[in-house]
Amino acid sequence: MENLIALLIAAPLLGAAVLLVGGRRLDAVGHWIGTLLAAASFVIAVVLFAGLLGRSGDDRTLIQHLFTWVPVESFQADVTFRLDQLSMTFVLLITGVGSLIHLYSVGYMEHDERRRRFFGYLNLFLAAMLLLVLADNYLLLYVGWEGVGLASYLLIGFWQHKPSAATAAKKAFLVNRVGDMGLSIAIMLMFTTFGTFAFGPVFGHVTDASQGKLTAIALMLLLAACGKSAQVPLQSWLGDAMEGPTPVSALIHAATMVTAGVYLVVRSGAIFNAAPDAQLVVTVVGAVTLLFGAIVGCAKDDIKKALAGSTMSQIGYMVLAAGLGPIGYVYAIMHLVTHGFFKAGLFLGAGSVMHGMNDEVDMRKFGGLRKYMPITYWTFGLGYLAIIGFPGLSGFFSKDKIIESAFAKGGTEGWILGAVTLIGAAVTAYYMTRVMLMTFFGEERWKHRATAGESVDGHAAPAEHAAHAEPHPHESPKTMTIPMIVLAFGSVFAGALFTWGSSFLHWLEPVTGHQEGDSPLSTWTITSATFVLMLIGVGAAYAQYGRRPVPAVAPRGSLVTRAARRDLLQDDFNHVVLVRGGEHLTRSLVYVDHTLVDGVVNGTAASVGGLSGRLRRLQNGYARSYAVSMFGGAALLVAATLLMRAV
Amino acid sequence: MNPVNYLYLAALLFTIGATGVLIRRNAIVVFMCIELMLNACNLAFVTFSRMHGNLDGQVIAFFTMVVAAAEVVVGLAIIVSLFRSRHSASVDDASLMKL
Repeated sequence: MENLIALLIAAPLLGAAVLLVGGRRLDAVGHWIGTLLAAASFVIAVVLFAGLLGRSGDDRTLIQHLFTWVPVESFQADVTFRLDQLSMTFVLLITGVGSLIHLYSVGYMEHDERRRRFFGYLNLFLAAMLLLVLADNYLLLYVGWEGVGLASYLLIGFWQHKPSAATAAKKAFLVNRVGDMGLSIAIMLMFTTFGTFAFGPVFGHVTDASQGKLTAIALMLLLAACGKSAQVPLQSWLGDAMEGPTPVSALIHAATMVTAGVYLVVRSGAIFNAAPDAQLVVTVVGAVTLLFGAIVGCAKDDIKKALAGSTMSQIGYMVLAAGLGPIGYVYAIMHLVTHGFFKAGLFLGAGSVMHGMNDEVDMRKFGGLRKYMPITYWTFGLGYLAIIGFPGLSGFFSKDKIIESAFAKGGTEGWILGAVTLIGAAVTAYYMTRVMLMTFFGEERWKHRATAGESVDGHAAPAEHAAHAEPHPHESPKTMTIPMIVLAFGSVFAGALFTWGSSFLHWLEPVTGHQEGDSPLSTWTITSATFVLMLIGVGAAYAQYGRRPVPAVAPRGSLVTRAARRDLLQDDFNHVVLVRGGEHLTRSLVYVDHTLVDGVVNGTAASVGGLSGRLRRLQNGYARSYAVSMFGGAALLVAATLLMRAV
Repeated sequence: MNPVNYLYLAALLFTIGATGVLIRRNAIVVFMCIELMLNACNLAFVTFSRMHGNLDGQVIAFFTMVVAAAEVVVGLAIIVSLFRSRHSASVDDASLMKL
């Protein structure tokens, strides 16, 4: 059974190779090849899952050794795959949701002439992410990690003819590089500390290392996680990454990429458990990002950017839970999986809305779409109920568990983290209700657009009007709606299924470990508080966007709103602190180089030149002056000889 | 007669020769002054030879004379061609070898 593991990666990798090398001949069938290979990987994953279920809890780790990659003395890097409960969970999520997104893309990218290439990149993305979660050592994980970075760059910038998309791709790549530096430094530190970077030996020898080194390794791993998972302070790429085609956003936000950071923290749990200081930093990063993303999500009028803020916030929940240690690992992963379902569903829904609305993303130009897109409305609606944590749906179970764990951390810390997660739940309800109301309810604001345009610009050319004609919202084709329906089922039932008899807990516990927290509040108190806060969030959004008509042009808004529309000034911050700071640093270094270093060099040259210019005068061409110097020299020699003899 | 007197004479001749080389401009005179210095050296060699009672100094005096004769041939040839090209035998006029 172990031999199947490599096939998981091989299938999408083969797809990427065939599609990218195959050329135009495959244009007609390329998308189906890509989808089938992704689905094949999912089938293999299900077979392996069934195999694992047939074993006892402690015996569910499969190792496949392919070959030794770098055999240099003590530096042994193997290509070895490890399939345990944690990787299995990820593999199922990646291949399952990934396959659905492939299927969806068949319809979504139908009119794009570079569709074959798009599927090649999607397959590459899956292969890289699978390599990341299946690797048995950090170096191999790093290969997958970089592969994910590359694939995301290619996909975010897929419409490279748009300058904004090309810039966004570059931004994502560069911000990720910062995190990647963290991971590579962490691996180097591990090698110097433990002499190896394979999971088993490293986690086994954690107790041998000094506290300082463990904290350093853990913080570097956290930096890496921040880059991939778009956590503060490396969050700025996520919003711009919306420039990619919508299925890419769904893939990045649900199944791949942003989940990699959470995976890294949970996988390295043994290191984090031994470095409590680093764990505290992890929780702080999670808590800050949770609020940051939620606030940004509240102000965005672009439906995809609002959802991107929401992803940031939800990943913040997961990172916070992962920072709680064994109390939270299982719930971080559980929320990750349920989030994978409903966020993929929400993004695919948003894509479906855009598909029917001439690629419009401004929610102020939507409204009342529920009549025109019933399936999108229902699936999006179920995803919405799941993410705000409506009782009984997926998000309710996983998010409540995280909130409970946060309180169970104990002490002041627990109270603060718990309060943050509770506030986050209310804000989540607010911004998601806002998205829902602005898109599917209210008056049909897209209808007035054409007439308004005419009254302003009555004599515009008819051809120009055709391009900006009033959209005719329509339901998307079956290849797009089926994945949405499947994901909606996941959004509704996954949470209950996982919580039923604590099945998910028992499944993951052997890998991540688990300990029950000692919460100062009863489960009932927390659940009802969450529910009440959720209702308050929904109510506030309804009062603002449901009862009153939504203005087609965004009002100026308060200072906070305007800041949130600019992503809470993250880019301005980066520009002022990093770009300007870097420029000033460079300039001062150039100045030092010009004055000090060049000064020494030029000064030496000038003084030698000046001295030789003066010495040159001695050579005046007069034979007699040369004769004088000869006599002088001879006289000196004689005098010196006499002096020496006298002494 | 005390041989040291010959040494005084040699020193005097050398000094006259050296002074002539340094202060005279005419190449012929400079040249003669060089010869004077050589001969002063020869005189000193011969004197020392006599004083120490071996022949080394007298042998070296012969060497010096041979070298001086060869030098006169080359030196006079240079001075003659210099005079032909410049119509002057002043050493200061031949001062082109400088930067």
